[in-house]
Amino acid sequence: MVVLWVLLGVLLVGLAAGVFVFNRLVSLRNRVDNGWAQIDVQLRRRYDLIPNLVETVKGYAAHEREVFEEVTNARSRAMDASSVPDQASAEDQVTKGVRQLFAVAERYPDLKANQNFLALQEELTGTESKIAYARQFYNDQVMRLNTLIGSFPSNVIAKLFRFTPREFFNIEEPVRGPATVDF
Amino acid sequence: MYEQIASNKRRSILLVVGALLLLGAVGYAIGLIYRAGPVGLVIALVIAGFMSIGSYRYGDKVVLASARAREVTAEQEPRLHNVVEGLAIAAGTPKPRVYIVPEQAPNAFATGRDPDHSSIAVTQGLLDTMNRVELEGVIGHEMSHVVDRDILLGTIVATLVGAVVLISEFFMRSWFWGGLGGRRGNDRGGGAAGAVLLAVGFVLLILAPIFGQLIRFAVSRQREYLADAQGALLTRYPPGLASALKKIAGSPTAMRSANNATAHLWLNQPSRVEGDKMGALEKLFNTHPPIADRIKRLEEM
Repeated sequence: MVVLWVLLGVLLVGLAAGVFVFNRLVSLRNRVDNGWAQIDVQLRRRYDLIPNLVETVKGYAAHEREVFEEVTNARSRAMDASSVPDQASAEDQVTKGVRQLFAVAERYPDLKANQNFLALQEELTGTESKIAYARQFYNDQVMRLNTLIGSFPSNVIAKLFRFTPREFFNIEEPVRGPATVDF
Repeated sequence: MYEQIASNKRRSILLVVGALLLLGAVGYAIGLIYRAGPVGLVIALVIAGFMSIGSYRYGDKVVLASARAREVTAEQEPRLHNVVEGLAIAAGTPKPRVYIVPEQAPNAFATGRDPDHSSIAVTQGLLDTMNRVELEGVIGHEMSHVVDRDILLGTIVATLVGAVVLISEFFMRSWFWGGLGGRRGNDRGGGAAGAVLLAVGFVLLILAPIFGQLIRFAVSRQREYLADAQGALLTRYPPGLASALKKIAGSPTAMRSANNATAHLWLNQPSRVEGDKMGALEKLFNTHPPIADRIKRLEEM
């Protein structure tokens, strides 16, 4: 009789732990999805801003054609990217292109005084940092989810309900840090 | 972080219950003196109840109004809005509302009850003196207060303590007018009522410094260090906030709207006195750790 009760108790505790792990997995998966949606929103914002910036800079520095082409091509490659690692490396190129564009702008005092350019510059700088923050949030959540999926005993529940590890949104160089250029 | 949230919620409830008990006792005493029975207790509890609900739901509006903060749109202040939105994304919370306080002293605070109902206010002086990295450091600190629910406790403390100051002023004033009425010789009850009001007013005046200690107890200085550290974790760049704090420490400008009820909410202790000295009463309400200490800790991260 006592053995039966003990078994029942163990079963109940196990069930409660299972429910807890399952809920934790679901909430982390939602956070990862939200994090990815936020990255997507900010990337799209950047795609929208780049043509405007290119046009504005063209008005003052028409002969810097290579830079324009480079950033425009990087943008369309990034928009076509499908997998997470592809997207990450394509966005890396876009970031580099935008920086080059700003570096070009540094050489034209008239352009730097243009109100439209200044507004665009603030928007792009803001969007760049939002992308960086969104990536940071996303990667943190992916790490938590993957840790839970990979470690025992939560991996049993994860396998049972087909939770799969997600991919990190990695880029080659850190966007944030001491090298941050303050426009 | 979750412990911090739970502790802040617990302290907030304790504070509200404490305020209910205190006001209830005062109401009961007044009722006894007037021989009105439990009516005084009931009235006091109703008032205290409304005050508690009010400070929970509308505390942020009261705090923002007392700082004369005005809300700004993304079109008016794109840089500030971009930074706030960025750090909200980093913290995984909705974007708080953004306010500007018309003061030249660089400072900032956050208020509200939870991440869904939160506001961040910065002074004009902060916007004018900080570069982007420093601004991110400051907003990261404030965002940590939002995430940890420090804003809930801080706002309730500010409005309930502010209410005690208001009530004590009300009692002193009604004693003044009651005293005049008594002199005109209306009825003898007026005189007795005047004496009671005077006594309550004096008690509240004496209580004010004790309330100062209470604030210091409720909102320990430790949470400022904690918000500095968490803010640095959000921006991943501690020198940003360190450099902002250095600029704040070096700024000699006084804050005109500084008051003891809301001092604990600000990024750094606001002072009505110019330079790095504080008024005697402000020292009593000193809620923040020394700024040099905070800079040192950030630089060691």
